[in-house]
Amino acid sequence: MEMAGKNDELITARAAGLLACTRCGRVHRREATACQRCGTTLAPESRRPLQAVWAWLLAGIIVYIPANIYPMLRTSTLLENHESTIVGGAIDLLHYGNYGVAAIVFIASILIPVGKFIAIGYLALSIGRAGILSAHSRHRLYEVVEFIGRWSMIDVFVVAILSALVQLGTVATINPGVAAVSFTLSVAFTMLAAQSFDPRLIWDADKEPL
Amino acid sequence: MKTNMTWQERFGDRALIACPTCDTVHVEPDVPDNHQALCCRCGHVLAAPRENAQVRVLALAVTSSILMIAAVFFPFISLDAGGLHNKTSIMDAVLAFSTGLMAPLSLAVALMIVLIPAARLLAIIYTLWPMVRGDRPFPLARKAFGLAERLRPWSMAEIFVVGVAVALVKVAGLATLNLGPAFWAFVGLVVVTVFQDTSMCRYTIWKWLEKTTN
Ligand SMILES: [Zn+2]
Ligand SMILES: [Zn+2]
Repeated sequence: MEMAGKNDELITARAAGLLACTRCGRVHRREATACQRCGTTLAPESRRPLQAVWAWLLAGIIVYIPANIYPMLRTSTLLENHESTIVGGAIDLLHYGNYGVAAIVFIASILIPVGKFIAIGYLALSIGRAGILSAHSRHRLYEVVEFIGRWSMIDVFVVAILSALVQLGTVATINPGVAAVSFTLSVAFTMLAAQSFDPRLIWDADKEPL
Repeated sequence: MKTNMTWQERFGDRALIACPTCDTVHVEPDVPDNHQALCCRCGHVLAAPRENAQVRVLALAVTSSILMIAAVFFPFISLDAGGLHNKTSIMDAVLAFSTGLMAPLSLAVALMIVLIPAARLLAIIYTLWPMVRGDRPFPLARKAFGLAERLRPWSMAEIFVVGVAVALVKVAGLATLNLGPAFWAFVGLVVVTVFQDTSMCRYTIWKWLEKTTN
């Protein structure tokens, strides 16, 4: 495709003194207040600040702690009452030999959330610093984080389905534990952290020859 | 890199777009059907028009809506254990958290697996219907399409389907589970939605909205 200006030059909208719409990409003069193409209000400062990212990330980490301390699932049968946490649930599955499902639960509820905290924190810290990873790799990391974060919700949905299904009076009942609430909040907050991260900041700091 | 030229000297009256991920300016590409325009710097897909994409996306959205109605109203899963029987619909799964403090979680689950996917479908049909018929867009089309795009990460029907599979394994030793018609409708919905989201070219739709709105 045709590049802006000469073929050997790439320029960002900000460097050209222009304003780009974040929703549809249409480029406007600096004075524009609303996007001509999609109608979005254009902010005069074209980069979203990192404060929002840090705030959502911190909130996500804080509510992730009770999500792991309190029970996710409460099972009552004729013989016993059993409460299991997120990790406990995965370990129970291991004991019953369901390795595949235990792995899914472990990946969705522990690995992805913790990995996301680290990745978002790293991306936010790496802005304006010479990092180990190139802009391309950091951008790839950002895309992975954005794509994968939602999948953490699996365990909450499992709890919802089991609680609806296993209501057999005194024989067996399954009820949700309070951890389901804080876990959902943690997923939502980290999704908001990822969404408020402006990927253009990665490229602004990129000093590699284009 | 020369930056002392004004944007007018550089680009004249040509419409420009900036890559949403790296902000690099490109002259608006004229992309033939079944080709892609990629950002020169970071490789982000800027435009990917397909032949008859709008008709196809509209048809898929209408199909999804029908499947969604079936998924919500037909029985979803039933469970048999020691002579006891329990049926669950999607609504029951949503209402599993409806007691006491967890009531807001019920609302969140309802939003993620039913209400947001349904709202996105309606917004896409509302936007594309006049486009396919060759009419002017409906008055709120730009807002509706923007909303459909913004809600995309919060629509989690496909994750719910995987959740059902995990739940099946978890109770497999204790009880027999039977999948009802609603489960298959829901799986169909997920598959159709994936096709719909991958064949939709946002660039083409926004450009059409700009041309016909102003
Ligand atoms: Zn716009
Ligand atoms: Zn780019």
